[in-house]
Amino acid sequence: MRRTATLLGLAALPVAVLGVFFVLPVVGMVGRGFWPDGTFDPGAVAEVLTRPRVHRVLWFTVWTASVATALSVALGLPAAYVLHRLRFPGRGLVRGLLLVPFVLPTVVVGVAFRQLLRDGGPLGVLGLDGTPAGIVTALVFFNVAVVIRTVGATWEGLDHRPAEAAASLGAGPATVFRTVTLPALRPAIVSAASVVFLFCATAFGVVLTLGGSRYASVETEIYLLTTDLLDLPAAAALSVLQLVVVVGLLVVAGRARRTPDATTARSTAPAQPVRRRDLPQLAVTAALLAAVATPVVALVVGSLRTGGPGGGGWTLEHYRALSGRGGTPGDPTLVVPVLDALVTSLRVAVDATWMALLLGGLVAVVVTRRSRGRAERRLRGVLDGFFMLPLGVSAVTLGFGFLITLDSPPLDLRSSPLLVPLAQALVALPLVVRTLVPVLAGLDDRQRQAAASLGAGPLRVFATVDLPAAWRPVLAAAGFAFAVSLGEFGATSFLVRDEAPTMPVVIFRLIGHPGVGDYGAALAASVVLAATTAVVMLAVERLRVPALGAW
Amino acid sequence: MTMTSCSLVGGDDDGAAGGDRETVVLVVHDSFALPEDLVADFEKKNDLTLEVRKSGDAGELTNKLVLTKSNPVGDVAFGVDNAFASRALDEGVFAAADVDLPAGADAYDLPGDDDHALVPVDNGNVCVNVDDTYFAKKKLDPPATFEDLTDPRYKNLFVTPSAATSSPGLAFLLATIAEYGDDWPAYWKRLMANGTRIASGWTDAYQVDFTQGGGAGDRPIVTSYDSSPAFTVPEGGTTSTTSALLDTCFLQVEYAGTLAGGDNPEGAKKVLAWLVSPEVQAALPDSMYVFPVADGVPLPTAWATFAKRPTAPKTVDPDEVTAQRDAWLREWTDLTTR
Repeated sequence: MRRTATLLGLAALPVAVLGVFFVLPVVGMVGRGFWPDGTFDPGAVAEVLTRPRVHRVLWFTVWTASVATALSVALGLPAAYVLHRLRFPGRGLVRGLLLVPFVLPTVVVGVAFRQLLRDGGPLGVLGLDGTPAGIVTALVFFNVAVVIRTVGATWEGLDHRPAEAAASLGAGPATVFRTVTLPALRPAIVSAASVVFLFCATAFGVVLTLGGSRYASVETEIYLLTTDLLDLPAAAALSVLQLVVVVGLLVVAGRARRTPDATTARSTAPAQPVRRRDLPQLAVTAALLAAVATPVVALVVGSLRTGGPGGGGWTLEHYRALSGRGGTPGDPTLVVPVLDALVTSLRVAVDATWMALLLGGLVAVVVTRRSRGRAERRLRGVLDGFFMLPLGVSAVTLGFGFLITLDSPPLDLRSSPLLVPLAQALVALPLVVRTLVPVLAGLDDRQRQAAASLGAGPLRVFATVDLPAAWRPVLAAAGFAFAVSLGEFGATSFLVRDEAPTMPVVIFRLIGHPGVGDYGAALAASVVLAATTAVVMLAVERLRVPALGAW
Repeated sequence: MTMTSCSLVGGDDDGAAGGDRETVVLVVHDSFALPEDLVADFEKKNDLTLEVRKSGDAGELTNKLVLTKSNPVGDVAFGVDNAFASRALDEGVFAAADVDLPAGADAYDLPGDDDHALVPVDNGNVCVNVDDTYFAKKKLDPPATFEDLTDPRYKNLFVTPSAATSSPGLAFLLATIAEYGDDWPAYWKRLMANGTRIASGWTDAYQVDFTQGGGAGDRPIVTSYDSSPAFTVPEGGTTSTTSALLDTCFLQVEYAGTLAGGDNPEGAKKVLAWLVSPEVQAALPDSMYVFPVADGVPLPTAWATFAKRPTAPKTVDPDEVTAQRDAWLREWTDLTTR
């Protein structure tokens, strides 16, 4: 009884937050679709599902997300190995750099990609412009970092002795990987893959920019139906469909993720020097780095060129413009200078990070404690999946839902300054949970029991057993949450207050204006955002005190 | 801004500067911008705090206003345009407002708005733009009309934003509907057969694909605005490198109105009057790249010289737009996707 009470007590805060800021708005919005004129009319919703276009949209979403997920895992695994198990100069730098794409505003990356891929562009010969292959490439560009980070953190803490034992018994490297390492990594890989799939399936800016009007995913279709056509029954139908698919996916992933018991003891094996047989993985990592760098380099080059064709000289004017309010004196293109927006972004990110860590940490602790009895285990499983849901719901549905449900006291929160960090924390929450859960779940519960039998209270147990092992993943999760917040655009653009715009919002405004100087300034601002993120991530790398966790 | 804290929670509440001054909330689309001193001046004269809330583009804004009409998100809204206005009017989003309009503004009255709930604030035209330097170099006359865009001489040179995902894209579609009536699908078939590229939005079309955009693309004909040529005058130059085709323009008018059920109708009315005042009208071109509705407002020098205006822009009855929009877009999507 007491255990269940503790469980519910710990879960209460995250559940309440998710209930108010997620379930309530989504239900409100979907409800508008089912009750279009105040009367229940499921027929209109059902009719939508028979439209051929909806089938096309659904199929396109599923196959592009699947292919992008498979590619992200295939490319991310070797890189995770290289960056988390090998020792070489500049490792921390490369790790930080590979995370940058993940947080760039999608609209900027979309433009950079089109710049590279269009006919006559540097990579125009590949013929990817406007093709599904171009969209998949961009999705991998954004998401491979998730695989590297999530799997890498686990890989780093993996006990190396079973692998050594297998090797000493004559198993070749491939066999060791297949029979020892891969099973131990499986929960982390499945975690990463399910997160990446959800990110890909709900990608919005990428599909809209690179897909033009030819290709639509469920997410962009919901956007069009809601914001342009005000066809709420159709939007509701797609939202519900999306939710059903996500829940199904989470159930499947949850099964596959189940930890194979506590044999995956943690240790911190020192990273190894690079050996000859690591060359293939190194090659993949180098290629990945080059592929990720290309659009980023294109951004940097663009930000340093004078405006327009024929101009074509090198200049720092776009960067100088960032401290002002736009090109010409008195030009109010920007309500605030870009540097103010950067400060706002950082402040918002601090709040979003602690909120995401607090909520995600509670969730991770709750769902990873060894369950007694089937009911308790099931309850934990449901909770675990519940907190993944924000990934699978359209930001548009959520944004409009905020407007129509949180609109009366005591919950008239539509203009609260905390809405933006809260929304971003919800976006980052699944990522935090998925980074922490594999680590905490991999801990041998007997250690907690031993600590408890020696008289340690629950807090003490957490501090001495869980925290040392979870320390690095917590930092990684914090870095992730911070980065997500810095780059988040969809929900933010919906909720942000005019006098305090964040960097992505400012970039979006600059890029949408006809002055050529504004375009250069947008690129420069993107570079500043990317550099800020890289610095933050490198700082997180530095903080990873290696001695910790060596129990 | 003071950096007293690295988080918002512990920081100063920047919004509290107004003390116990009355607040009026203005809901706008994302492109809204006015000089800070104008806003400060308005606040001081009326002893009001003006709170501006951005709410997406014109379509998104309209739909938000419709969805929240029982408990509006503000007191007054600006940015609903003639393609979307009738939807908001039909839903009763706006209350009648009794504001004195400046001379010339009545030319932009919304047809069917008999209560004068909507006040015209600015206008602009979506027009096909061409890169004059490109055509001079190729010794080719630039196109001038809709029909020219289907001429094989201009094959693979035109890029336009998608009508389904972008408001200038929709405006261009409406312009062709105004020109060709029920025969517009046949025109679009010819347009697509001539190698027209559909980009997702204005940014993509102009900044990536257009030869005079920020990214130096490969297409010298693009859908943009009649004010765009004012922004492509080289530094120290006396001519613009681009021009708008004035026979291909679709007039967009942006309106403001008092939200029915808002908390501060008096403040809302003051905001409406301010938006059509000479100061704000004069600030519109530089701030939002649009033309004022009032007569006799001085334009910036570059605009007076380079932003030429069509004498007879195309228009489509807003009620017809509301009634037909979805059907048109569905047909358009079928025509343009292969």
